[in-house]
Amino acid sequence: MVKKAVPFIALAALLVFPLVVKSDYYQHLMILVLMWVVIGSAWNLIAGYTGQVSFGDAAFFGTGAYTAGLLVTKLGWSAWWGLFFGGITAVLIAMPFGWICFRLRGAYFALATLALNEIMRHIATIWEKLTYGMLGILIVQTFASKLPYYYISLALAVISLITVRLVMRSKYGYYFLSIREDQDAAESMGINTHHYKMISLVIAAALTGVAGALYMNYMGFIDPHVVFSLHDISIMAILVGIVGGVGTQYGPAVGAFIMVAVQELFRTGGYGLISKLAKASGSETIISLSEFITKAHVMGFGILVVVAILFLPNGVVGDWNKITRLVLQKKIKGG
Amino acid sequence: MSLLKLDRAVKNFGGLAAVNNVSFEVHKGEIVGLIGPNGAGKTTLFNVINGFYSPSKGDVFFDGKKISGMKPHILCRMGMARTFQIVKPLKRLSALHNVIASAFVRANTRARAEEIAVEALKFTNLYDDRDVLSKALPIGKRKRLEIARALATQPALLLLDESFAGLNPSELNESIEIIRKIKEKGITILIIEHHMKVIMSISDRIVVLNYGEKIAEGTPHEIGSNPLVVEAYLGEAQDA
Ligand SMILES: Nc1ncnc2c1ncn2[C@@H]1O[C@H](COP(=O)(O)OP(=O)(O)OP(=O)(O)O)[C@@H](O)[C@H]1O
Ligand SMILES: [Mg+2]
Repeated sequence: MVKKAVPFIALAALLVFPLVVKSDYYQHLMILVLMWVVIGSAWNLIAGYTGQVSFGDAAFFGTGAYTAGLLVTKLGWSAWWGLFFGGITAVLIAMPFGWICFRLRGAYFALATLALNEIMRHIATIWEKLTYGMLGILIVQTFASKLPYYYISLALAVISLITVRLVMRSKYGYYFLSIREDQDAAESMGINTHHYKMISLVIAAALTGVAGALYMNYMGFIDPHVVFSLHDISIMAILVGIVGGVGTQYGPAVGAFIMVAVQELFRTGGYGLISKLAKASGSETIISLSEFITKAHVMGFGILVVVAILFLPNGVVGDWNKITRLVLQKKIKGG
Repeated sequence: MSLLKLDRAVKNFGGLAAVNNVSFEVHKGEIVGLIGPNGAGKTTLFNVINGFYSPSKGDVFFDGKKISGMKPHILCRMGMARTFQIVKPLKRLSALHNVIASAFVRANTRARAEEIAVEALKFTNLYDDRDVLSKALPIGKRKRLEIARALATQPALLLLDESFAGLNPSELNESIEIIRKIKEKGITILIIEHHMKVIMSISDRIVVLNYGEKIAEGTPHEIGSNPLVVEAYLGEAQDA
């Protein structure tokens, strides 16, 4: 009973959050969290539930973002149309890709997604006539306040979670899980594994493309290195999925929250704490070390993956009982 | 009338003919036993029939239609189901969910799929284990789960690959009873089995493979007294 209420309580808290916390900075972080809920849910669908691990989510994210940006610069439309068309273009990339690559199994598909990520970034860099190359795309944001972005992001996050939930309770969900568990068994059970892998990928790509379009609208600026970034988007998506709990309904939501906080912690060097401490120590080596730590957030991510896999193989949501048991035991022992 | 027909089917792996020029028919309502020593090509033949491999030469017909090279999921829709010698449970799903996933091929709603699944679980005496994760089931029950999952696709032809291997005597009797009940439902069965007593007692006819080739075909009585078979298979089995 209590467990069932958690999502609703969380939603209520999220609805009032920006009315209570007026800080632009924290509202900004929450918008990012919500965007990552969308991307994480999508990754979870194809990788967590269908077992087809993607290392190239940025390919779909960037496609959605560029679609939104180009609608403005090339057609003079509102970038908000990108929320619709960004999903569609991401699907248009995903379909031929999946059609070819789902003939490969396991690690080959993962490698192919990695390649797709790189190909898309190169295209965005080189095809200057269309994409303006490294200059990127700058648009005028619609709103000065963060509130509208916040609520749009919240709506998209909720839609993603509901979509995944509905899909997973239907025949499609059973088929995705069957494919993840055993492809030969799935085939012999009458499941067209190629077809259903495609469906899973298409849904995931659509959601990720929408998230990309949201990013364009909100940030107002994109370039190939930002939206087709392997570590900031593709790896981050994997981390959101793994840390929260692969193949769990609310794992990506929890993972998004944790990972945006971690990313921010690294980016700001422990909210400036590390560099302050380093300066206070007065030692050159410690100062340069602290700078290194701040810049090496990718490495920090890597370490986090290892820690997560070692101690919480099922993520925070999947291993929730284990975590509460550990905490309770400590309390009991501590008296 | 023949439900399954093999016409000089061949399956090569490189230089090895794992199935070599095999022809036979399975008629509606029959239980046909497929026997032969280890490595004779029985499982490979199942994979050819069921679409995991397309025959290197020759053809397979199901219900009068040529099905050589068709995918397993299409054959399943057409009414062919199988179990795997090395069981393939959907490990992190419960027994019930394993069978529901399978039942969707004949169901439009989740409720209908569950209905079919529950029936299949009861039929195979697994209903009490419905909420157990399939990876936690003992081997005997996992073998029956394979059967339950195959039955949930409501097949006309059921291919059973060593469903009795590794069972204790009481499980063995339970499974034989289940096979009899499946036959009563009008489902045709092609069954691979090493257990001679079992295969002799349940089969209407038996096909014997050795080194990929069919060396004999006939009633259990005929097979039991065929010197070729005794030499190739029974002698060996008696030693073991
Ligand atoms: N995928 C494969 N690639 C190469 N050779 C294979 C392959 N599958 C089976 N074989 C070979 O084909 C022959 C027949 O194997 P198969 O598994 O069909 O035998 P079987 O009659 O089912 O044996 P068992 O009673 O041990 O299950 C064996 O020599 C085996 O090594
Ligand atoms: Mg075999």
